[in-house]
Amino acid sequence: MQVLTAIVGRLVKAFLTLLAIAILNFFLLHAAPGDPAVVLAGEAGAADEQMIEQLRERFGLDQPLYVQLGKYVWGILQFDLGYSFRQGAPVSELIADRLPATLLLTMTAFGISLVCGIAVGVAAAARVGKPSDTILTTLALLFYATPLYWLALMAVLVFSVWLGWLPGFGYETVGANYTGLERMLDILKHLILPALTLGLFFMSVYMRMTRASMLEVSQLDFVKTAKAKGLSGPAIRRRHILRNAILPVVTLAGLQAGQLVGGAVLTETVFAWPGIGRLMFESLAARDYNTILGVFIVSAAMVIFFNIVTDLVYRIVDPRIGATA
Amino acid sequence: MWKRFFSNIGALIGVAILVTVIAVALLAPVIYPQGPWQMVQRPFLPPFTVDGLPLGTDTLGRDVAAQLAYGARVSLLVGLVSTIVALLIGVPLGAAAGFYGNMVDEGAMRFTEFFQTIPNFALAIVLVAIFQPSLASITLAIAIVSWPPVARLVRAEVMSVRKREFVDAARVAGLTPRRILIAQVLPNTVSPIIVMASLMVATAILLESSLSFLGLGDPNAMSWGYMIGAARTVIRSAWWLSFIPGVAIVVTVLALNLIGEGLNDALNPHLARKARA
Repeated sequence: MQVLTAIVGRLVKAFLTLLAIAILNFFLLHAAPGDPAVVLAGEAGAADEQMIEQLRERFGLDQPLYVQLGKYVWGILQFDLGYSFRQGAPVSELIADRLPATLLLTMTAFGISLVCGIAVGVAAAARVGKPSDTILTTLALLFYATPLYWLALMAVLVFSVWLGWLPGFGYETVGANYTGLERMLDILKHLILPALTLGLFFMSVYMRMTRASMLEVSQLDFVKTAKAKGLSGPAIRRRHILRNAILPVVTLAGLQAGQLVGGAVLTETVFAWPGIGRLMFESLAARDYNTILGVFIVSAAMVIFFNIVTDLVYRIVDPRIGATA
Repeated sequence: MWKRFFSNIGALIGVAILVTVIAVALLAPVIYPQGPWQMVQRPFLPPFTVDGLPLGTDTLGRDVAAQLAYGARVSLLVGLVSTIVALLIGVPLGAAAGFYGNMVDEGAMRFTEFFQTIPNFALAIVLVAIFQPSLASITLAIAIVSWPPVARLVRAEVMSVRKREFVDAARVAGLTPRRILIAQVLPNTVSPIIVMASLMVATAILLESSLSFLGLGDPNAMSWGYMIGAARTVIRSAWWLSFIPGVAIVVTVLALNLIGEGLNDALNPHLARKARA
């Protein structure tokens, strides 16, 4: 019951946040340079007075601001994100087409970074002060300071251009017309480089956090008790320290979800991965504000979704939270 | 404190690198008075092949070393100013929330949470795209997406300092709440803010380079991210053009991170070394 109330509470909060972002979006759209009607008319190829007037009326641009705001928010609630004249399609359709690719990329990168980050962090903490720990920590520090897009470019250069091991471009082999399992394997091959480069940065973040958290928890009294009971080192680490140390890492992972979506813009741009990040990049050059803001609001929704999921995971990992909340 | 800082080898390396980058940035107009946009030789010269052009030329025959030096100016300037602006937003907000509590705290924290939920790089892209790329809009956009952690940190610090005895003493002495906050409480929260600020400069430099890479840089300012973005299409034939500016970014950001960690260890010696969020 408590869990249910908590979930409903989270959903209400998520809805209010999205509403606020929609309002912010509306004002940003209005701050965009140029009269939207003139811009629209120009993009449609006919910028005469009559056309502009017609457009104003059609899109309700002649109405007071609050009416426009209400209409805009109402539209967003119905998944209407406006129309992209550059691409000649509704923004929601453009995004729906590209969303699966982004979800595949970000989820894979998220999984890789969390699992590997925690594993490496535990390994480093177990060898604290030894050369192998120093090497792992230094590597993490280095990846933390590396621009994502540059790492991606270098990965393309080394593994795709020089070694020829993996494709460094696109989502699948164009013109190969693979089907079924073959197609899945082809997509997987294309996924490896983007997912790894996007994951590496976050892996370094989780690794550092896990290591620090493991070291901190291992100082606590119950660990001494476990030692006194005669438990082996690995058993203590796995069953006693890690279970407690992992909590801040899960919290952090939830907070980092937004970064992951932002990172997808860069990764998708470099790898020509046909996701919403790439869509945003393409719309930037064209200054297609409807699409840019559409991607923005969808990515915000994704972050809110990620946060709810981490919140639930958090409750599973630590039953104490459900009991007190 | 300084003794502790300077006995940290990592921090020392960081300071040495940062001083070098600052020197290059300051001296750029002296070493390369012709600026970074001037064509000096034929394009695509690899590094170390022509005297006087140690890093070669780019796709348009411009001196890569000069571009790198001028890029350092932009990176450091945007990194520093955006951090200061973020502090100007985050510190007062967090301090008010932590000190006054109740409704002020509730309101300020909901506001902060809202900004933390928005994917920050995506918001930065949107802001720069809408307000047109310029050094001012880029700096402001980075500040707008980086202040929330500051507000949260300052709030937590103020809340813990507020309960100390010297604050009660100040109250008994008849100081106004505002004066207590500014003169008594805030000075005691400075050290974690300094640590966070040094790390924020690093993040801001990464953000600026990412924006420039996507083509959202100031068209009148040479920047490392722009160099990588411009060289991206020729990565097969002239990979060093993307490689060199990337190294400059990594080295600078790494230096700032090392300094930040050194400051953290020096200023909070009693704390266990924590990885930052």
